Amino acid sequence: MRVPYKGAIDCDVHVGVPGLSALVPYLDAYWQERVRVQQLERLDFSITSYPPSMPLSGRPDWRPEKGPPGSDLALLQAKALDGFGSRFAILNALWGSQMLFAEDMAAAFCRAVNDWVAAEWLDRDPRLRASIMVPTQNPELAAEEIEHRARDPRFVQVLVLAGLDLPLGRRQHWPMFRAAERLGLPIGVHAGSTYRHPPSASGWPSYLLEDYVSNTQLFAAQLTSLVSEGVFAKFPGLTVVLLESGFTWLAPFAWKFNKTWRGVRSEVPWVTKPPFDVIRDHVRLTIQPADLPPGAAPLGDVLDQLGSDELLLFATDFPHWQFDGDDALPDGLPPDLTRKILIDNPLATYSRLRETVS
Amino acid sequence: MSITELDRPASTDTRLKVVDCDIHPTMREDSQILPFLPKRWQDHYKTYRRNVRQGLHGTLTHPRMQVNRIDAIPPGGGPPGSDLDFMRRQHLDANNIEWGLLQALQPSGAAERNVEFGAALASANNDWQIAEWIDKEPRLKGSIQVTQEYPEAAVREIEKRANDRRFVQVSMSPRADEPLGRRRYWPIFEACERNDLPIGLHVPGFGAGYASTPAGWPSFYLEEHQTFAFIIMGVFTSMVLEGAFEAFPGLKLVLVEGGFAWVAPLAWRLDKHWERMRSEVPHLKRKPSDYIREHIWYTTQPMEEPERHEDLVRAIEWIGWDRLLFSTDYPHWDFDDPRMVLRVNVTNAQRRMIFSENAKRVFRFG
Repeated sequence: MRVPYKGAIDCDVHVGVPGLSALVPYLDAYWQERVRVQQLERLDFSITSYPPSMPLSGRPDWRPEKGPPGSDLALLQAKALDGFGSRFAILNALWGSQMLFAEDMAAAFCRAVNDWVAAEWLDRDPRLRASIMVPTQNPELAAEEIEHRARDPRFVQVLVLAGLDLPLGRRQHWPMFRAAERLGLPIGVHAGSTYRHPPSASGWPSYLLEDYVSNTQLFAAQLTSLVSEGVFAKFPGLTVVLLESGFTWLAPFAWKFNKTWRGVRSEVPWVTKPPFDVIRDHVRLTIQPADLPPGAAPLGDVLDQLGSDELLLFATDFPHWQFDGDDALPDGLPPDLTRKILIDNPLATYSRLRETVS
Repeated sequence: MSITELDRPASTDTRLKVVDCDIHPTMREDSQILPFLPKRWQDHYKTYRRNVRQGLHGTLTHPRMQVNRIDAIPPGGGPPGSDLDFMRRQHLDANNIEWGLLQALQPSGAAERNVEFGAALASANNDWQIAEWIDKEPRLKGSIQVTQEYPEAAVREIEKRANDRRFVQVSMSPRADEPLGRRRYWPIFEACERNDLPIGLHVPGFGAGYASTPAGWPSFYLEEHQTFAFIIMGVFTSMVLEGAFEAFPGLKLVLVEGGFAWVAPLAWRLDKHWERMRSEVPHLKRKPSDYIREHIWYTTQPMEEPERHEDLVRAIEWIGWDRLLFSTDYPHWDFDDPRMVLRVNVTNAQRRMIFSENAKRVFRFG
């Protein structure tokens, strides 16, 4: 169904970085020199999870005439902001910085992407907010970027890819969580991988379709890691937002997680209540893609399984092709829940948006 | 509720008959495999042990909280699952098991890097199942262990056993060198289809040499237990999208110990994104859920336990009552007791399908 009124908060909109050449003005002198000497501008840093030409990467009527999907401000304003009457949209850039093995290069490129987002997007439309791209290769450097960027209140969360070197909950990542919690920034975990590990627990699949579908295993594994390692016990103020994750897989996964936890919980004494309860307290999910049962009838069954009306956040996933026309919401969504998804839940999740609103 | 019939004291005749599709027979010690190996491989095993893809060759890198039910330790000694008489008393008789399907996991040869040795281990495992179990106890049925990384040997092993109806399925690792739907494994599928033997894939497939989740290696057994579902989802997706069921329309796939509540949401997701990306997989003539509905079955243990009981019924309705095969995982600690699981309001006919009739049809028991 269509978004019934203006004022929604779109929690997942993508901006396409046209290439390294667009970032050069935002690099410091050393990295400008490195780019020039290594002729890095000739290289393609778009990520394997989202080839720009893939159907999923850009809805046909949301693709600009030139450049990658999401690279045209006017189109984004017309289609994503005006098109759905959104009050705010949170921009998530997906680009190659987080793939690189060299940590310093990764940190420099992440910083440049964030500067580029601020100057080329946030400065040009007051409805836009953004996530902070961080060099997850080195959580200390990631924490530095979080501290640096947090001075700009238009950056409302930290952005990491779902597939990293290590499971997300591992203690090596905790400096990043410490900084995010202190600054009131959720950790946004977006579909896609650095491909340090096969995208399926059964090995390297043949097709991008298979990689994309298997993102749900990846998200489930990351939730397992975050809960089991005790991240939310250590950082009780931390929120994790799963971006472009789907949500109908969550309850069946959590039922099994609860059952196993009851059997072996002495292994993780810091997990003091059922994992699904921990997830409800700390995890949110965006509503696109909505991988729903065929036909409209069982929607309520699927939503009720979540056991909370606070988990879902509105997102169009612009310019990714998840739905056609204006039907950004599942059919049959009840009015109270619609309002929570569109406005209340995003405001509750993103403290920096609340500050702007109040 | 129909469950009350299970709570009443009942004679053997009126109790629900059970087919258990996941029973683990265990060797008293690893050396029990030796008499079933040719001399050349006996010497190899004594000298080099098994060459796997993990840092510990003799135990798991996620030490389990507990592997087995404490009460399953045989009174005469040996590990749980190693004493047929005790298994009869404690499980087959006590739980009214009409047929029990053996999943003889160790050593099966599936993860062996030396594939010639792997093939010898698989064949020895099959001979051990005959000698120690399925020849002695007609209620127990075997799984033909094969080494999937050596398809020629796997096909030979299937042909060798196919006419022995004490074996009812073919077993290999759900974590192969490549996702199992890929072309290199198709000769095995062809042999399974030709002999009308379902493929049974039991988790977890240790020693595959790549992380057990797409997020990397987890730290805890609690996490590793969740990977059982992820692994099975990976195989499920691979078999469908590679077109294995298009190529082998008679192929039956049984997914063991991966749970089942995830099946419907994953099928919805496959259908949705296939619609958008179908030009990448033009070999699929139908939508993914059509293949899933016709070719795949699921054992029930560890049965998911939703917060609201009725969600379990809903999950089964979305999958189909004819798709679930009851299993206990005896003698492992996370055993599902046939008297305790499925405590929901289902009809007696539905209960009979899950507890025995579906399995009899898939495996051609009888």
